[in-house]
Amino acid sequence: MSMMAEQRELRDDALNGLQLSTHMESIWRTPSGFSGALMSVDHKVVGRRYIVTAFAFLLLGGLLAVLMRVQLAKPESTFLSADKYNQIFTMHGSTMMFLFAVPVMEAFAVYLVPLMVGTRNIAFPRLNAFSYWMFLFGGCFLWISFALNVGPDVGWFAYVPLSSLQYTPTKRPDVWAQMITFTEVAALAVSVEIVVTVFKQRAPGMTLDRIPLFVWAMLVTSFLVMFAMPSIMVASTSMILDRLVNTRFYDSSSGGHPLLWQHLFWFFGHPEVYIIFIPGTGMVSAILATFARRPVVGYPVVILSLIATGFLSFGLWVHHMFVTGLPQLGAGLFTASSMLIAVPSGLQIFCWLATLWDGRPVYRTPLLFVIGFIVIFVMGGLSGVMVASVPIDTQVHDTYFVVAHFHYVLIGGAVFPLIGAVYYWFPKITGRMLSERLGRWNFWLAFVGFNVAFFPMHILGLIGMPRRVYTYTADMDWAHLNLLSSGGALIFALSFALLLANVIHSLRNGALAGDNPWNASTLEWATSSPPPPQNFDRIPVVKHRDPLWFDNESLPVVAGLSAERREVLLTSLAEAEPQIREASPEPSIWPLLTAIATTVFFIGSIFTPWAVLWGTPPMAVALIGWFWPAGHKEDEE
Amino acid sequence: MPVRMRTALVPFATLPLADCAGRQSALDPQGLQSNQILQTLFIFLIVAAVIWTAVVVVLCIGLLRRKRHADQPLALHQGFERTSGYVVFGLGLVTLIIVLGLSIVSYAGQRTVFAKDEHALTLKIIGHQWWWEIRYEDDSPHQSFVTANEIRIPTGQPVKVELESADVIHSFWVPSLTGKMDLITGQKNELQFTAKNPGVYRGQCAEFCGLQHAHMAFAVLALPPDEYGRWRDHENQSATSPTDTLGKQGEQLFRARGCALCHTIRGTLAGGQLGPDLTHFGSRTTIAAGTLPMSSATLGAWIADPQHIKPGSNMPKMPLQSGELIAIIHYLEQLK
Repeated sequence: MSMMAEQRELRDDALNGLQLSTHMESIWRTPSGFSGALMSVDHKVVGRRYIVTAFAFLLLGGLLAVLMRVQLAKPESTFLSADKYNQIFTMHGSTMMFLFAVPVMEAFAVYLVPLMVGTRNIAFPRLNAFSYWMFLFGGCFLWISFALNVGPDVGWFAYVPLSSLQYTPTKRPDVWAQMITFTEVAALAVSVEIVVTVFKQRAPGMTLDRIPLFVWAMLVTSFLVMFAMPSIMVASTSMILDRLVNTRFYDSSSGGHPLLWQHLFWFFGHPEVYIIFIPGTGMVSAILATFARRPVVGYPVVILSLIATGFLSFGLWVHHMFVTGLPQLGAGLFTASSMLIAVPSGLQIFCWLATLWDGRPVYRTPLLFVIGFIVIFVMGGLSGVMVASVPIDTQVHDTYFVVAHFHYVLIGGAVFPLIGAVYYWFPKITGRMLSERLGRWNFWLAFVGFNVAFFPMHILGLIGMPRRVYTYTADMDWAHLNLLSSGGALIFALSFALLLANVIHSLRNGALAGDNPWNASTLEWATSSPPPPQNFDRIPVVKHRDPLWFDNESLPVVAGLSAERREVLLTSLAEAEPQIREASPEPSIWPLLTAIATTVFFIGSIFTPWAVLWGTPPMAVALIGWFWPAGHKEDEE
Repeated sequence: MPVRMRTALVPFATLPLADCAGRQSALDPQGLQSNQILQTLFIFLIVAAVIWTAVVVVLCIGLLRRKRHADQPLALHQGFERTSGYVVFGLGLVTLIIVLGLSIVSYAGQRTVFAKDEHALTLKIIGHQWWWEIRYEDDSPHQSFVTANEIRIPTGQPVKVELESADVIHSFWVPSLTGKMDLITGQKNELQFTAKNPGVYRGQCAEFCGLQHAHMAFAVLALPPDEYGRWRDHENQSATSPTDTLGKQGEQLFRARGCALCHTIRGTLAGGQLGPDLTHFGSRTTIAAGTLPMSSATLGAWIADPQHIKPGSNMPKMPLQSGELIAIIHYLEQLK
């Protein structure tokens, strides 16, 4: 001990320039080779994998949407059988909600939040790696099942008693329910990491009112995940128990009730929409400030709106159940609470409009997608006000009107900002710009295709077309609008093909980006593109909400972190004052092994309850390996 | 929207009653409730259209107007920052007032739509995978009877349907008459509506209920009250026995070939409880829960191979020779 104290460890203030960069890189880099790739705990590596995987699921889910639109393009089509169609719409919804929309937002957060708050890695990096593996295995489990014709076919909401053993005596609902467990474990892990990263690892000086809006959005989202997801885990697990060991949670003949499922599902399901939408608003705020060339108007208003949206989102799940025979006054109150969420959403829209009003817009592709977002999302929000009304909902519930509504909200509110975010952050992640010319085509195809695909669905719903029907007869007068919608869907699909082409082309041939190609203001642009393994050679010090605009010549930094081992700086929650240096984990294979053990346990337990017994020891072994003391100096002292 | 309504109406105006599928549109209200809902919908639609237009106009002006020249993004104009704060706050307040106003409009509409009439004609509807059992219940048992997939009601009189499910969750929806209500396992729901005009109003299951959810339709036939009364008296009677040889042969085959294991025909030995009651089957307008229009050809196709028309349906394909099929079709068609 005394020897070590005398021999003072190497700190980053002893090195400078290139020497510092290469030295820090050697400490933080992911080991090379295949096994190194499996061991990586770098948030950028994991984040990139997360983003690519989530987009792969988007393409798969989108392909299913195209198949459905082909089937519905004409009446009495025999392109898909009823069984295939039911599997496909279930897979489409489940994939888009659980394997694309939520993970992709968390993926961007995993990549960007540590950079934006100026730290070297996410909190709990091994948990982060574990989270990715769980997400990957859960997604593959669902899709392999689908390929083996065991794809779920009871809707992404899996209402009981249809999904009970009695009415669906196959393994299909179990696959669905256990896929939920996988993705929820992954999502909860990421949420914990984000909250801790934001609360404890912000760069010195990044007080609560200097946190970038995207980071605020992800912080609120993470809390939503932590409060909403347990509800669906309880629901899906009790469903598996009902099916596997004959419990009676949802069996009305034994004192259970099918509506319990709906309450549990929508208590998760409605916040879920905001878990997808709030990150979208964060992306909008980030893109808008950069391309309107000024900070977003009403920073505190936007943050309070995010928090208010988060709270309100837990008080309106019942509007999914207006036609289940609820007491009338109660239903009426949920009308009011549902509409109330228009207030914080509206406040954000007004702030963005004011930002564009005062700013000097630079019309690059990310801004185009944000403008498209405003036009589409406002319409979706307003149709949302309509479906929040009990009498209107009794007509449009479970019709194509609702399909139109939530695609306007989710594609308009989350996917448009997301594609904008891809164009915006692609240079940071890859070091190369996406093609601007293809970007414009991408935007206009997406905007036109989307509206042609989904606007007619409003009318289809009102003229009587219910959701989830695999076909309809010619005399129903729905054929023309369905054909139009299918045509739009193809154009919309084409826009994603273009995005893919742009990404593949630009990865090799895109113009070099440089550190800060958009002249943006937040910390992720203060490092190179792509960022080095250590993110920043020295931790930046933040003196303003827009650090790179305020200190545009040179950013102040702190020094004194270890240059011998991985270390991050912990700061206080409110004022971000430096508190202690904290070791950050080395690469490890154990998260992968734990994820494999957990996967065996999860998949086994839909076939036999004994899997809970024999599945546990391997998990225990993996976790012991994971938490085996690594012999850090810090641990020994 | 009005254009769509007109095109939706044209085919129904020109076709005879029995041939058409029936109206199925929330934009074509033929009931007191659907009319009220459409009024509420229009109020919301107008408010939404005004707000959306305003947002897009402000967005366009904001993008296109002449801007100040300053390269430093943080060189903000204090006057604008203050004013925009007030404007955003004011608009937030306006949003709040609008949503509270709309909540009240909505609740007023809701009260009207769900108003209850004690003297309503009561029917019980039980959802099955994938057809509708309809029970006309009366205080005196000999006035009670069961039918399927087709509901006849008198115009101008409130009708109360009591909704239950025999298996999974279904949803009862006749958009031209009123909004929907779920049929939930282990729970009794009810819905009231009044048809203003005579006509055929198509309904369809609106809650996903499994493989053939798409083929779970029904028809509501609103009749003038006196015609309704005559129908009800007739419907309450047992089936008439066939008089011709082919009909008699059909009746015998109906039992011999297993049809009677699932279907009831009152007044005969056929008393199965699993499938729809077929006592007055010949008078219905559709078969297989609205899947096909009623005709000898479609009926033959259906009985010959139900799994081809409605794959997964609980009606099995029975081995029938063509002569037997013709006899059964003939028998069923004369069950008026």
